[in-house]
Amino acid sequence: MAATFFGEVVKAPCRAGTEEEEEDEEERRETSEDREARRQLARKREVRLFRRQTKTSLEVALLEKYPCSKFIIAIGNNAVAFLSSFVMNSGVWEEVGCAKLWNEWCRTTDTTHLSPAEAFCVFYHLKSNPSVFGSCPRKNMQVTILTCRHVTDYKTSESTSSLHSPFLKALKTQNFKEPPCCSLLEQPNIAHDLPAAVLSYCQVWGIPAVLYLCYTDVMKLDLVTVEAFKPILSSRSWKGLVKNIPQSTEILKRLMTTNEIQSNIYT
Amino acid sequence: MTDNVPAVSVGNVGQLAVDLIISTLNMCKIGYFYTDCLVPMVGNNPYATAEENSAELSTNAEVYSLPSKKLVALQLRSIFIKYKSKPFCEKLLSWVKSSNCAKVVVLSSSHSYHRNDLQLRSTPFRYLLTPSLQKNVESKIKSLNWEEMEKSPCIPEISDSEFCVRVPGGGITKTLYDEGCSKEIPLAVLLKFVSEGDNIPDALGLVEHLNEWLQIIKPRCDDPTASALPWKIPSSWRLLFGSGLPPALF
Repeated sequence: MAATFFGEVVKAPCRAGTEEEEEDEEERRETSEDREARRQLARKREVRLFRRQTKTSLEVALLEKYPCSKFIIAIGNNAVAFLSSFVMNSGVWEEVGCAKLWNEWCRTTDTTHLSPAEAFCVFYHLKSNPSVFGSCPRKNMQVTILTCRHVTDYKTSESTSSLHSPFLKALKTQNFKEPPCCSLLEQPNIAHDLPAAVLSYCQVWGIPAVLYLCYTDVMKLDLVTVEAFKPILSSRSWKGLVKNIPQSTEILKRLMTTNEIQSNIYT
Repeated sequence: MTDNVPAVSVGNVGQLAVDLIISTLNMCKIGYFYTDCLVPMVGNNPYATAEENSAELSTNAEVYSLPSKKLVALQLRSIFIKYKSKPFCEKLLSWVKSSNCAKVVVLSSSHSYHRNDLQLRSTPFRYLLTPSLQKNVESKIKSLNWEEMEKSPCIPEISDSEFCVRVPGGGITKTLYDEGCSKEIPLAVLLKFVSEGDNIPDALGLVEHLNEWLQIIKPRCDDPTASALPWKIPSSWRLLFGSGLPPALF
């Protein structure tokens, strides 16, 4: 319990997450019909892979159809902009599928017709270099994850206002032997959500993987933040993937301009 | 073999206590509890003592062991996903059963504001034992003069409600205890009544209390005036209350 500024007593949130007592009460009050309804809804959860060009579903797992040795995943607008401008501008990248998911928290109730037009996760492979999404077995696969977090999430003994953001930090799995392109993320800092889920999977199953976290104070698409990922371009495993950096900067600037027009609140 | 498990509970005291045990005894990581029941989280080695061992990745549920003391500890580092706490308890207890542990000790905490008048006047520590553990350890526990967790009305709003064991703020503690009873698992719960805040002293209290029973660390000497046992605070406990303050604030 806690008293607010106005003197009313409110229930303070518990650091243990949800109040288990309340969840237990909720579950006790739940009838078996409610539980069955919830289970049925959960069964409808799905992650589906499509080919946007043909509007058909992919019948097998993506990595079975396109086994690869390098798997790069960018999460968030700045990470995606970096990958699009600096890596996918060179060579010919072919879209091999896109993922669409549905769970009970999505706004649409339509689970049978997931529109490919609403896809927000797209997979590409490099046609000229089969080792990137190529023919090597999964055991030799190396995973790179790129994402951003707000600088206020970064814990340091100095004040976060004195940090020079954006800056890059890395977390790697045990089997990732290459030296990372920046310093490692020091305790007590942690990563969570999707990047953590991917890295945990790789750690548990022995896949070499590295997560590059860019701490920034600008969460919308931003040139300076995207450029903070540049040290990764010099990593050994990305040799050959990156060709024309001046062209990349041009592509990035064009991406920014398009986005700025779209974000005008008066249009 | 004894298995120590924290419940994600008020003040995270159980988890802090398990951190102290792993850190002090320098326990070795022997595996992961890979589950979709907990929110994903990763970080570098929370028990790092030097540059060399600071780069090992840690996940949200890991198992540590100290064979010399026949001790295994499971550390949980994130909260449960909604509706997944019960499936997690079932998976955990089925793993415990298959690993032939002699006993499981759940370290936990409960909201101190839920105490009744008698509890307010007594020690803040409580224990619970499942029937299959009771016969083995009851006499030892009684010799320590420990207090068993009292039963309280199942539905407080109803005046003639039945009495049962309740652990407000205890997370999965009650579920683990109930499942432990029904599945005949030798399980003990050790908890402290706490409020949220700086819970480091509560965690230290809880491990010292546990130590009275399990004798994980022997006291340095028999001098009763000696300061508390040498529990090693993990390096990851830095900055528990956030980053440094901007000087401009003052």
